Amino acid sequence: MSAATFRPSDPVDFLVIGAGAAGGVMAKELSTAGFRVVVLEQGPYLTEKAYTHDEIKFTYQPGLTNDPKVQPITYRKNETEAAKRVKAIEYGRQVGGGSVHFTANYWRFHESDFEERSQFGDVPGAGLADWPIKYADLEPYYTKAEYELGISGLGGANPFEGPRSKPYPLPPMPVKSSGVLFDRATKKLGLHPFPAPMAILSQPYQGRGACVHCGFCESFGCEMRAKSSTLVSVIPVAEKTGRCEIRPNSYVRKIESDAQGRTTGAVYFDANHREIFQRAKAVVLCANGAETARLLLLSKSKRFPDGLANSSGLVGKYLMWDNGGFASGSFEHPLNEYKSVQVTRVIHDYYRADPKRGFYGGGGIDARFDYYPASFALHGMPPDAPKWGAEYKKMLGTYFTHTMGLLAHTSSLPQMRNSISLDPDVKDSWGLPAIRVTFDYHPDDVATMQWMLTKQVEILEAAGAKKTWTTGISLPEMMPSRHLMGTCRMGDDPKQSVVDRHNRAHDVANLWIVDGSSFVTSARQQPTATIQALAYRAADFAGRNVRDADVKR
Amino acid sequence: MQGPMLIWLMQSTRRLWLSQCVGIATLAEMAAAQQHARDAVQSSTPPAFQTLDPATAAEIDAITSQIIPSTDSPGAHEAGIVYFIDRALSTFDADLHEAYREGLAQVQQKRKEMFPSSTAIATLTDEQQIRLIHAIESTEFFELLRTHTLYGLLGNPGYGGNRDQIGWKLIGFENRMEYKPPFGYYDDGGQDGNQ
Repeated sequence: MSAATFRPSDPVDFLVIGAGAAGGVMAKELSTAGFRVVVLEQGPYLTEKAYTHDEIKFTYQPGLTNDPKVQPITYRKNETEAAKRVKAIEYGRQVGGGSVHFTANYWRFHESDFEERSQFGDVPGAGLADWPIKYADLEPYYTKAEYELGISGLGGANPFEGPRSKPYPLPPMPVKSSGVLFDRATKKLGLHPFPAPMAILSQPYQGRGACVHCGFCESFGCEMRAKSSTLVSVIPVAEKTGRCEIRPNSYVRKIESDAQGRTTGAVYFDANHREIFQRAKAVVLCANGAETARLLLLSKSKRFPDGLANSSGLVGKYLMWDNGGFASGSFEHPLNEYKSVQVTRVIHDYYRADPKRGFYGGGGIDARFDYYPASFALHGMPPDAPKWGAEYKKMLGTYFTHTMGLLAHTSSLPQMRNSISLDPDVKDSWGLPAIRVTFDYHPDDVATMQWMLTKQVEILEAAGAKKTWTTGISLPEMMPSRHLMGTCRMGDDPKQSVVDRHNRAHDVANLWIVDGSSFVTSARQQPTATIQALAYRAADFAGRNVRDADVKR
Repeated sequence: MQGPMLIWLMQSTRRLWLSQCVGIATLAEMAAAQQHARDAVQSSTPPAFQTLDPATAAEIDAITSQIIPSTDSPGAHEAGIVYFIDRALSTFDADLHEAYREGLAQVQQKRKEMFPSSTAIATLTDEQQIRLIHAIESTEFFELLRTHTLYGLLGNPGYGGNRDQIGWKLIGFENRMEYKPPFGYYDDGGQDGNQ
């Protein structure tokens, strides 16, 4: 079967908004279950032919992400400040979404992540809460995601991870010099390094070839189809059913609902700026933690005057950030870290929050190289190095091949005052209110990042680095977030949450919200595995429930 | 945080330059500009400058050749950085024309203050050029020049810079489509390696 096409006036069973990490999974699960599905994606439908090693195109220019010239974003630290135009958040903008250009780290959350409020207690100034589900509820879906998408790793190698029902489908990627040095140093310090779980194929899998170690993963699409994006894994399966239409260049402006409070479809602009209303029996919103909240706030009606599914007033609230600090070290011999995947070794020894530290928080640390040639020359050198001239030129000649980094991925506390809202003044190119980001760190977020940085430097020193340096803790407006979490939090109480434990909106029986927005806590970043496990679980539930009278009209 | 944090910083800097001149582009304008950029970067190296006049080009060449000087190995001049900048200003960075015009005017002003009898940056001695750049190195315009120089040096040669892969050779980047382990010194020899 080839991909389906549906008429907008013909109500499909499910209208999925956003063809990213979650939307791709929902499309595949629902179409293979027999439903007719249309997926609206604001970005283009690219293939591997478009994914070249062009640093100017994919890092200097917005490349595969939202373009602030077309879709401005404003930022303010708190409600008293005037918001300024800053690209404070970034997301993948093409079929496959962020799963196309992400680094491909694929960490499961730990058991403790789902019940940190009970285990750690209250944190002043924050809205720390338990999830309504436990790790065990999600475990089968983590496993399903790992097998359907193609994840490389070593099951059981992370002693802090929850129980898993199956090993990874593929062995870990070959270790790089950064991984060997990290392994050695962390073991010397009594820590427990393990091979990084990556959404990149270490061996051929399901008709796709193995990674060839070209090194252009982060910020780039994979020319070899070895990165396990939804674009190359589940979306082709959805299209083959003959029941799924992926409709790119479709920019949704409103989810429509009727007098009974049920969604009836969505209005979007096509590539030619024409407004089209696609009818549907149910809607699945997978537009990412920022755009999902904006779209709900834009979807006001008489019945939903504060935005769709927003009787709690919590749509857009509890935005959590992509926290962590970066430390670098240079070594005597060449590492050539620009080759192969960014990350091959990780530790989770500092993951769990420990009251003895005096603050809430924790993180994982990975050994990596975060640069390409030009970005390294601009920003990868030690801060005390010259910025130009003969000495700078000479240093570039050794530092590019002799440097590695350690990145911490740390907790971001949910705070009600951090939010996505509609900017009252700035509009996008379609005339819709821009996303306004209000965000500031919680003091414990900063304490965690600083504490972790000391650990990162300690590891680099134990690895024998000749020189170490850190970039410190960045201001949020200088370090936009790519992990967009918390803005439609999950819970059992409709007054305290936006979606229920199956990612269905409390207020709207035929609306599912499935992406980072439903996260109750940030865990330690690396949200993609959990976004996709939630998608598999939500699709399982939605598929069963759309057949009953409660949902189907 | 995941992600090349440094790419953020880069984009932030670029945003800063653009902050004065950015209105909201219409989709049609964006599409036209993008098509133009694609067409332009795919064409062969132009024999002449597209936007810079020769005198301005010589001044830019002089400054960028102090950022990456020609030493025992080729530098910005040999890499064709000024051609890259010309290409950038006529395609994907067309909105930075004014930043260049104003920025260069300020550098010329500084040159006249420091070296009153001089007539151009390009005709200053090396030592004078270095003194001049020290005087402007913390300006936004210098950061823009530095960014363009390094993208020109280390980006794809198809954009007019990095001629003969001069930049990649300088830093030791091999530019191959595929590599095999071992990748570096420390993963060579099977020390707690592949599992």
